[in-house]
Amino acid sequence: MNQVNNPSFSNNRLVNWFSLSSPSIFYPVAGKLIPIFWALAVVFGLAGLWVSFFVAPVDAVQGQGYRIIFVHVPASWMSMFLYLVMAAWAGLGLVFNTRLSAMMAQALAPVGAWMAFLSLWTGALWGKPMWGAWWVWDARLTSELILLFLYLGFIALQSSIDDRRRADKAGAILALVGVVNVPIIYFSVKWWNTLHQGASVSLTKAPAMAQTMLWGMLLMALCFWMYSIAVGLMRVRAIILEREAHTDWVRQLSKVKS
Amino acid sequence: MWNSPAEFFAMGGYALYVWGSFGVCALVLLLEPLVVHARFKAIVRRLKQEQLAEQFDKESSQ
Amino acid sequence: MRALLAIIHRDLLLVMRRKSEVLTALFFFVVVTSLFPLGIGADAALLRKIAPGVIWVAALLSTLLGLHRMFAADYQDGALEQLALSPQPMVLLVAGKIIAHWIVCGLPLVVLAPVIGIQFDLDASSLYVMMGTLLLGTPVLSLLGSIGAALTLGVRGGSVLMSLLILPLYIPVLIFGAGAVYANSVGLNTSGHFSMLGALLILALAFVPWVSAAAVKIAIE
Repeated sequence: MNQVNNPSFSNNRLVNWFSLSSPSIFYPVAGKLIPIFWALAVVFGLAGLWVSFFVAPVDAVQGQGYRIIFVHVPASWMSMFLYLVMAAWAGLGLVFNTRLSAMMAQALAPVGAWMAFLSLWTGALWGKPMWGAWWVWDARLTSELILLFLYLGFIALQSSIDDRRRADKAGAILALVGVVNVPIIYFSVKWWNTLHQGASVSLTKAPAMAQTMLWGMLLMALCFWMYSIAVGLMRVRAIILEREAHTDWVRQLSKVKS
Repeated sequence: MWNSPAEFFAMGGYALYVWGSFGVCALVLLLEPLVVHARFKAIVRRLKQEQLAEQFDKESSQ
Repeated sequence: MRALLAIIHRDLLLVMRRKSEVLTALFFFVVVTSLFPLGIGADAALLRKIAPGVIWVAALLSTLLGLHRMFAADYQDGALEQLALSPQPMVLLVAGKIIAHWIVCGLPLVVLAPVIGIQFDLDASSLYVMMGTLLLGTPVLSLLGSIGAALTLGVRGGSVLMSLLILPLYIPVLIFGAGAVYANSVGLNTSGHFSMLGALLILALAFVPWVSAAAVKIAIE
């Protein structure tokens, strides 16, 4: 009955999704989602750390030192994944001219940069005892370093252009150009003879590592992922307020009204 | 698995590397949200001050 | 096609009137590469080892020096907007500017490199390989550089920012270019390196003009 009388009912779900692209509607939604993702991050983190230190056995070759894998691999995965997500949001913002998509890209860039830094840092601390060197210029490490530079370049470009819309679009072009680097990082261990270990986890084959180690890695990766979403949403809320400062809905926020 | 806390912290001789990695990760994952929160508070404070300033202008011009 | 040649002709003409700008970048290349033997000493074996890297890095940096001229002057006096408004596709105009930049900044490097290489005691075959890698690589440098130049048009501190943005993109060219010369000097096969450089050139030619045209349009509006 209601469906017949209310012509917009059948479009309701479609309209609801697109309305999220408006900063004023997304802002409170993000606010509600943040605690959920923090909770998930904590749960996965605790479970992951427990598996990493109390379930996963000692490694035959690397002793206890291999446990760095439980932060190194998640950070590396996230650095690549977040770059793709950031470039996707930036690209959407460029094509559809939506401000919020560009704001999401802007919010994710620092998280991704930290993940790239952590990947390089934990990698160096793992490489020193195992390879004897803090750093080698092999394909995977070099392209991960380039990824960090790309993140920093994106952040620098956005902060030096005063016109916000131009900054969004220019950043989008830079982010999209850099996407080519991510497959290079991923496949570098297959394409070149590198010092870095080859892929042990694949979507098609059985993993070449103990079950418990795999679980520890996956749980920590999920923790990092939930963390990235939580921090990204926190930052995008701050960015929304900064960029939409003079709109009515911001003035009407209970936080801001004195 | 671990016979004593000392063994746990020693990590089979790799203590510097393992705790150096986990430690810096924990540091970044704790500090970054704090920095973002500080940024959020700063913009809210700025918006509040702007509203107060506008109200003051309105009242004093009446 | 005529538009392309017209743009190249115009840019070259403008450069000829201000030869000093171009010569500065080339002079930079020569001076920087000469500083290394002076600073490190005359150990021929060491110089031969570092020559590929030093010459390639100097080529990168001197290309960067000349990049701001690609769009900045036209942007400042409004000629770039006029070019954008013309019926010719922006891609052609940008491609023309990139070609002109390469003729002025890249090609002289290819010609000068053997002279520099002799300073580093490189043998004849390595000199040929050096020229070949620069011949394939410098167009890629001009192409990728145009993206950075377009993105940072009119931005405060644009040239430093441009360097920060472009140098990560230059790294693969550097690795394969210098790697080829080094491989040749120790007697290894260089076909792999040249294939990669060729692939980079083809990919850059296929995509970059469109990306740079989009970036210029964003900067203008």
